[in-house]
Amino acid sequence: MIDTRTPDNFEWRFVLVAVGILAVGVISIYSVAPGPGPGGQAPLYAKQLAWILIGTLAFLAAIAIDYHKLARHAYVLYAVMLIILALVLVMGKSSRGAQRWFSLGPIAFQPSEVAKLVLVLVLAKYFADAQRYGWVQRVIVPGLLTLPGILLILKQPDLGTAMSFTFIFVSMVLVSGLHAKALGMGVLFTSMLFPFAWELVWTSLHDYQRERILTFWDPMIDPAGKGYHALQARIAIGAGGLLGKGLDEATQSRLKFLPEGHTDFVFAVFAEQWGFIGVLVLFLLFATLIFLASEIAFKARDPLGLLLAAGVLSTLGFCLMVNVGMTMGIFPIVGIPLPLMSYGGTTTVTSMAALGLLLNVKRRRLTLFY
Amino acid sequence: MSKFTTQHEDFKNLQRRLLYLRLGLLLGLLFLSVRLWYLQVVKGDYYRALSEQNRIRTVDLKPARGLIFDRHGELLANNVPSFNLYLTVEDIRDREGLAAALEDLLGLPRAETKKRLALQARSYVPILVKAGLTLREAALIEGHRLDLPGLRIQAESQRNYPQGSLGGHLLGYVGEVSPEQQDEPAFAGLAQGSMVGKAGVEKTYDRMIRGTAGEKTIEVDARGNERKTVGVVEQTPGDDLYLSLDMRMQQMAESLLGEEAGAVVALDTTNGDVLVLASRPTFDPNTLSRGLTSAVWEQIVTDPRHPLTNRALQGQYPPGSTFKIVVASAALESDKWSSDTKVRCTGAFQSGNHTFRDWKKGGHGVMDMDQAIVNSCDVYFYNIGHRLGIDAIAETARWFGLGQPTGIDLPSERVGIVPSTEWKQRVRKEPWYAGETISVAIGQGYVTVTPLQMAVATAAVANGGILYKPRLVRAVRERATSRLREIPPQDRGTVPLQDRTFTLLHEALHGVVTRGTGGRARSKIVEIAGKTGTAQTVGARPVQTGTSHEAVPKQFRDHAWFVAYAPADAPRIAVAVIVENIGHGGTFAAPIAKALIEEYLKVSDTDDRHQNTGQF
Repeated sequence: MIDTRTPDNFEWRFVLVAVGILAVGVISIYSVAPGPGPGGQAPLYAKQLAWILIGTLAFLAAIAIDYHKLARHAYVLYAVMLIILALVLVMGKSSRGAQRWFSLGPIAFQPSEVAKLVLVLVLAKYFADAQRYGWVQRVIVPGLLTLPGILLILKQPDLGTAMSFTFIFVSMVLVSGLHAKALGMGVLFTSMLFPFAWELVWTSLHDYQRERILTFWDPMIDPAGKGYHALQARIAIGAGGLLGKGLDEATQSRLKFLPEGHTDFVFAVFAEQWGFIGVLVLFLLFATLIFLASEIAFKARDPLGLLLAAGVLSTLGFCLMVNVGMTMGIFPIVGIPLPLMSYGGTTTVTSMAALGLLLNVKRRRLTLFY
Repeated sequence: MSKFTTQHEDFKNLQRRLLYLRLGLLLGLLFLSVRLWYLQVVKGDYYRALSEQNRIRTVDLKPARGLIFDRHGELLANNVPSFNLYLTVEDIRDREGLAAALEDLLGLPRAETKKRLALQARSYVPILVKAGLTLREAALIEGHRLDLPGLRIQAESQRNYPQGSLGGHLLGYVGEVSPEQQDEPAFAGLAQGSMVGKAGVEKTYDRMIRGTAGEKTIEVDARGNERKTVGVVEQTPGDDLYLSLDMRMQQMAESLLGEEAGAVVALDTTNGDVLVLASRPTFDPNTLSRGLTSAVWEQIVTDPRHPLTNRALQGQYPPGSTFKIVVASAALESDKWSSDTKVRCTGAFQSGNHTFRDWKKGGHGVMDMDQAIVNSCDVYFYNIGHRLGIDAIAETARWFGLGQPTGIDLPSERVGIVPSTEWKQRVRKEPWYAGETISVAIGQGYVTVTPLQMAVATAAVANGGILYKPRLVRAVRERATSRLREIPPQDRGTVPLQDRTFTLLHEALHGVVTRGTGGRARSKIVEIAGKTGTAQTVGARPVQTGTSHEAVPKQFRDHAWFVAYAPADAPRIAVAVIVENIGHGGTFAAPIAKALIEEYLKVSDTDDRHQNTGQF
């Protein structure tokens, strides 16, 4: 069923906040790379505008198709997603020691970004289908559902997205309900397992990932090498001060001391240019978005809608926290883009589709059961 | 119905938990804001300073070194642009490819490049790969610049000596200031990589000609590319030096010495100007100023012929018979001897159980002072030595400036030895034996001098006793004011001889050339006065009287000395020549002195160039 109602006030507010964040992102990208892109391609900000246009289509599509209908195909979609994640390991493009991308002509497509939404969908479907009792049904089964995805993504390797997967799983389990006793058991179990798991995880990490984690604790271990990103991001943010240095004077980003200023470290660029006050305004936009999204989840008509909205919310929220946290040096650098602001086709389109899903849930709350 | 209730209650639970999620996320944002406050507001100044450090670089603007000219305005040292290739290790993408490309384009051995890269790993300080690229090489590198990130050609100023090795010793050479030097007050405040004089006038006058470095503050991007200039303090070029040296004569002296080791010094007797200061073998200061590999440097310093030694002021030789000028003066100034004192020379002199021979087998017969100098009669001077004793000779030698630095404006001058009873007791911890005086009386034994000391002493004889401090730099052009500042001649006092002593010396020394051992210095155009000397080399040389000098192995042959001044009646130039291991002074050194004197007086008589200070 295609919904063609004109947007109400709530929806306008929602869209306005999202557009605000997107605009801030484009300005930040422009300020780092005003010139033509690599190899004489279009400037990055222009390409990002194109992605936002495509993202708008994804956004509208995500509103249009009833989420109940989507959920009906959730398991199939998830299976297809796992196959694609397996394929990217075989056929994907390798870059900087990681195999995360499909090359589609000039554009690179990163399936793990989309996989996050599909995971939300399948977990929402699982928990909404029937009452789940006991921690086998509530933890083990969804855990087994999530695990192949995590393993495939770790294999790429993409530590950041694997952590997103884990966080989505944990937050869905928690929202869907876990008795305090079970929760305690889980925590105990995990902490008992931790030394073994740590050993396993640590040794399976690539050298650069281990160095990133080590230099997170102390960037000065290697300020010109492995600690460079973390240190320069911190310098950029700190140098912004209370009022920011403005677009022209923000030397950390303009002179490229801050690497990846248009992608993972776009927040640091913004913070240097606009300062503490500017970032507070940005945080206010994100807080509004979180508030509106949780409002949608709260008022969802059924558990599926609620869980779906909650999953989308925690996905976006997690990316926001981790990305901003890593630029500020309170989290290791794991390569998670800032939703709606970082440059990138897959992340932009996926994030906008996620917003679409939220509005989808909101719009279906008054429709009749059929 | 019950199921619905359960579901309804369950839904309420979901909604309740959802609020925790919302709360958690909003608290997360709050927490991030607190951290942001800490970074931006509490530590804002600190991080802003760090970001300034990132973007601002100071580049030293190297000053142009002062120019050096000879007395006629001939250019001896200048600066030429040089293309130097630098490499920033951090920016290299493909080490193998780079090493291969450098071999192909510049002929740098691949293995050596890789070794240097390995040593410099993880550095972002550019290293000098090759200095002085040819235009062709520079064009080749520029053409491959996009394939070879990290390479950069920088145009810099390179010290250049247009005359090549000519006068290399006195000019010296330049090099980067060493870490040890940076601690010395003379080099205070010099940045690493600054060029300073390492020898010669480049070293003595370094503070004047080095100039003052400037500083350019630039903004750079993360790759170190200059984006804009923030501020400039201009550099000041160094002052120019005008030497008293006559390059034409210097060249003549060096080519007359040829492949022989030796030294030639020519002074203006009227003011101590250094006209010639030649030392051979020599070196090319261009090579030494362009950064040598340690292998080449090793080769130069271990060369048995010691090309880096400036023999004119660092070579300490027995003066041989040229020392008879000193001994004769000592005798004439004492009450134990007079010009009329006669000695019968039989070819040998007995002292204790040792027999000292005259260079002439069979002797010279009866000699007075004049004849003894003219014929360089050893026996006559053995007798003087025997009569005067060592301390009288030593005192006179010191009057002539021997055993002391001449004070020339060049570094590392040596002083030789003027032996005395006090000296021997102090240095050898032994008493002086009377027999040792006999050798010193003919310039052998312990006594040693430098050619420069002999030239200064000869000039003092010529000008009636003024002991000039040799002056190599006559004037300095201050770049800041364009003012020419003359460095006035300086003397170290006079040699306190009586007029009649000078008169006798003048006549006798003239006689050496006209009727004595220095006949080869006789000139058709000018009257020359001089004294020959043949300094025996130290060491147990097999005594082979009667054999021609060619039969003696080279390293055992005598050093040939000749000191001279001219014109004999109104002296203007004094010359000291030594040729190592070649034979008699009259044969080998005198012609060199004669040629230089003729050249100097011929030219200065025709166009009076030496007076022409208007050149600068």
